[in-house]
Amino acid sequence: MNTLLPKLDRHAQARLLRIATHAGALLPLALLFYDFWYYRLGADPVREAILRTGKPALILLLLSLTITPLMSLAGWKQLQPLRRPLGLYAFLYVCVHLAIFVGVDYELNLRLILDGLVNNPYVVVGFTAFLLLIPLAVTSTKASMRRLGKNWKRLHKLVYAVGVLAIWHFLWLAKDNGEALIYAGILAFLFLLRFQPIRQPLMRWRRALQNRRRRPAASKRAAIQPEAEL
Amino acid sequence: MLIKKRTGIEIPSSQITPEHLYLSRRHFMKGAAAIAAGALLAACRPDPPTTLPPTVAASDETGAAPATAAAISVATDELGRAVNSFESITNYNNYYEFTVDKQRVAELAADFQTSPWRVVVTGMVDKPGIYEIDDLRRKFDQEERIYRLRCVEAWSMVIPWQGFPLAQLLQAAQPQSAAKYVRFQTLYDPEQMPGQKSSRYEWPYTEGLRLDEAMHPLTILATGLYGRDLLPQNGAPVRLVVPWKYGFKSIKSIVQIELTDVMPTSLWMAAAPHEYGFYANVNPEVDHPRWSQASERLIGVGRQETLMFNGYADQVAALYAGMDLRRNF
Repeated sequence: MNTLLPKLDRHAQARLLRIATHAGALLPLALLFYDFWYYRLGADPVREAILRTGKPALILLLLSLTITPLMSLAGWKQLQPLRRPLGLYAFLYVCVHLAIFVGVDYELNLRLILDGLVNNPYVVVGFTAFLLLIPLAVTSTKASMRRLGKNWKRLHKLVYAVGVLAIWHFLWLAKDNGEALIYAGILAFLFLLRFQPIRQPLMRWRRALQNRRRRPAASKRAAIQPEAEL
Repeated sequence: MLIKKRTGIEIPSSQITPEHLYLSRRHFMKGAAAIAAGALLAACRPDPPTTLPPTVAASDETGAAPATAAAISVATDELGRAVNSFESITNYNNYYEFTVDKQRVAELAADFQTSPWRVVVTGMVDKPGIYEIDDLRRKFDQEERIYRLRCVEAWSMVIPWQGFPLAQLLQAAQPQSAAKYVRFQTLYDPEQMPGQKSSRYEWPYTEGLRLDEAMHPLTILATGLYGRDLLPQNGAPVRLVVPWKYGFKSIKSIVQIELTDVMPTSLWMAAAPHEYGFYANVNPEVDHPRWSQASERLIGVGRQETLMFNGYADQVAALYAGMDLRRNF
């Protein structure tokens, strides 16, 4: 990360990352709206809109799950402020996804929606994921974090369950969905990184690498120090 | 020769949606769309494009009639549902031999060779035969049939096919008395059909019908739609259309028709036996294990309740008298 953005100070770097996150997260929604506006959603625009809100939701959720391992294993602490917006944008896409399903696809037809909810196992799974996301979105503020203390972390472990349900939902909705397996693989990999027997050796390895790099750097800094003071 | 005639199906008046319900549903849909887009913004949205897709423009140079409602004798099915546009029908296809992406089949199938093409009729028949595609078009009078197509994925279209009853071809072949089933096969050519390189499925695509289903007057072999020859994405040059069954039963680009005494195993039965059965009749009461079949999205219109046997119950329900349709799904 530091080699990618060598000339920027910490604040500028943080701002750039934040802007890129907001822009990147909103891009799929903007493109969807553009394609809708100019009738470019194909023969079945409803399905297209549902897919094109569901997939970004899943990708943003997975991205929010990559922040923690990148911080702890790669040391990219500057990514920390991105986790919350990524999670909230995932929730936004889920809301739009659900709104299109209920309002446009099922035309607010309560009887059919109920049938859709009860007899569509993939909808049950997806809807459960949505319900579990609500408390996470509601308690995403700093104030909630302070108020809940240790329980905040416990509560937000739910995001793993949401990830599993979201991929399950994606896997089940089509006749054959190979693409969902790719996301399942990514989620499984992210889980592995959090698994202690794998995480600890990785952490130890990283610390050893850091120490080796830090020692010569530290001695060099010590040598330069007096000159800098002149 | 193209004989234009209706399918001869009477519309039971009970099945016609009362006009006020129909109108209120439309009203509701518009309301939902307006909420989605923002009522004010929607007023600024440009009109939908009316230009025909390039495939149509290209074939127009050959002098074929434009693929508009003018090319067909009636613009609705017997339930009053409007036929889908040529553009929708030719750009939204499930044809896994090319790709699983419905919107890309047209592009990937564009160069598919449909001539020369032979269909072999074989198995338990007294007069087996090899038919050139032009023979099929010439020997059997082509009729227009406006059919609903209900995909197992819970979407549907209304399609103006041309074709001829499969019964005519079978009668010409003279099935033997031991023949109980008809087995159909799609071309196997991975060079032209890249999807067949995938080992996920047991290619070539295979489908089957019971002989009485195959002989039913609603069952046709289609060679065209909208007054012109089939395009590759729709199963050119000849495909099956069985309107009361889920779309996957209507096998495309057929090269072999075999009469047999054993129930054929279709590609989908082999791939997921608990999800796809031999019969695959449209049935709102028997759900797919992973989704409901109670309703469907009629492309270009909106959500509709799914009809028993896709609305052809009066014609075909007798074929399944006494059968447990939950078990024989």
